[in-house]
Amino acid sequence: MNMKAAQGTVFRFGDNIDTDVIIPARYLNSSDPKELATHCMEDIDKTFVDKVHEGDIIVADKNFGCGSSREHAPIAIKAAGVSCVIAKTFARIFYRNAINIGLPIIECEEAANDIKAGDEVKVDFDSGLITNISNGNTYQGQAFPEFMQKIIASEGLVNYINNK
Amino acid sequence: MGMTMTQKILAAHANLDKVVAGQLIEADLDLVLGNDITSPVAIHEIEKMNVDGVFHKDKIALVMDHFVPNKDIKSAEHCKCVREFAAKNEVTNYFDVGQMGIEHALLPEKGLCIAGDCIIGADSHTCTYGALGAFSTGVGSTDMAAGMATGKAWFKVPSAIKVELIGKPSEYISGKDVILHLIGEIGVDGALYRSLEFCGEGVKSLSMDDRLCICNMAIEAGAKNGIFPVDDITLDYIKEHSDREPKVYEVDADAEYDETILIDLSTLKSTVAYPHLPENTKTIDEVEDIAIDQVVIGSCTNGRFEDLETAAKIIKGKKVAKNVRCIIIPGTQNIYLQAMEAGFIRDFIEAGAIVSTPTCGPCLGGYMGILASGEKCVSTTNRNFVGRMGAVDSEIYLASPAVAAASALTGKISGPAEV
Repeated sequence: MNMKAAQGTVFRFGDNIDTDVIIPARYLNSSDPKELATHCMEDIDKTFVDKVHEGDIIVADKNFGCGSSREHAPIAIKAAGVSCVIAKTFARIFYRNAINIGLPIIECEEAANDIKAGDEVKVDFDSGLITNISNGNTYQGQAFPEFMQKIIASEGLVNYINNK
Repeated sequence: MGMTMTQKILAAHANLDKVVAGQLIEADLDLVLGNDITSPVAIHEIEKMNVDGVFHKDKIALVMDHFVPNKDIKSAEHCKCVREFAAKNEVTNYFDVGQMGIEHALLPEKGLCIAGDCIIGADSHTCTYGALGAFSTGVGSTDMAAGMATGKAWFKVPSAIKVELIGKPSEYISGKDVILHLIGEIGVDGALYRSLEFCGEGVKSLSMDDRLCICNMAIEAGAKNGIFPVDDITLDYIKEHSDREPKVYEVDADAEYDETILIDLSTLKSTVAYPHLPENTKTIDEVEDIAIDQVVIGSCTNGRFEDLETAAKIIKGKKVAKNVRCIIIPGTQNIYLQAMEAGFIRDFIEAGAIVSTPTCGPCLGGYMGILASGEKCVSTTNRNFVGRMGAVDSEIYLASPAVAAASALTGKISGPAEV
């Protein structure tokens, strides 16, 4: 099982990035991924959606995705083009939701401590190895178990169940 | 080594004699819950699955509560989608305008959550039902869809933090002060991926409304679930609300906990969480003069009868401060009716507060009390994140109904002793 590696420019966030800033509830009267993506991170960085490019990577500190269970949060991030979120830790519902909708996420404290905004970073999901192309440093995250790789490669739990 | 209460419930629902922390299991579900925000996403997913309907029409609860009565066309379309799905699949426990309430106030009242149950809900505050001795946790819409289709969900068995409660709280100290104090101690990720298991002789001095409030906010410490032991208070509540027979699981004497936290209820003071995290707590005597624009009393955290009773006791015969908007939202139709019969609604209206039909509205910045730029609100809700209730530079101070009611009268953050 080989999941495609992620590579892109880093957007940097701090601790406890909650689902209300990832996608404010005032936009939850929609469930359309494209529409949600246009408001992604709006309440913490208004310029994020204008600057983010397909494949870019979010790096954050602890407890990323805390708060509500809204699956709209990882959906908005994925639809905005983000290829991977790296954080010291994730809130548990966000973690489940991200895997279930096929957004790759990886916990790595070392990477979160060293990576800066604007760095070019590559994530290999088979090995869990994160490479900072900008400064040459590497960090070892946890490799994805095969079933999680399959869920993500299937673009989410539903297709994975259907394909089984 | 023994099991925690949570582990025992999970083991039973996975048909295993024993589980250990970290183990991956597949468990049978007694109830799968969704609301008008999360259910449409789940319905969209279940329609893509190769399944024929839902696993059990009585074991699904769909509650229209977040943007209901509908605030705009888009939210009306969401409710329509859920309404049609419920009709097509003959979902017994579909609650729309007229029957609905805020989901976590409504479902215990309807007897749908009882001791020993294993419950998932596509709403993070699903952890509320641990107050009744159930394992109950929040998930996303895709997990909800899989749960509705198969009646099962996978879990990683959590380890636990033991929270030992001793002593008896003084007047006006409620479940909200207990949980805000705890979150202030351990932080918003202090219980990440773990259970918060409450125990100790202090439990008996906490009402069911207190316990529901405490478990409701377990998620604000990052916990997978919060859970209380089952005692006579629990059993009386379940008997009054449900025809089903509760199943009581007790923690093993040699159960292993990651850590133990001791809380002496008799020493707790009214506690306020400052913006923009529930862990930013201060006791009322540490709070400086902060003028406020709005007070919200309600939500799945504090919209229950005792919450309104406390607020009415403080507000009755007095006036809401000039320039303060005081919004009171009973959690369910039944609570609304009880509050009306007890005279609270009159007390609130005569004081200059407004009373709304049940809705999650302002708590998540949906509608019915959105804050403008720079405004400050004392709220009995559960989150004070940036922009949660409106403008990104508005501020939410989380507190108990007693503090919220007192603050409504003084126009600044105040404890009940100040009015």
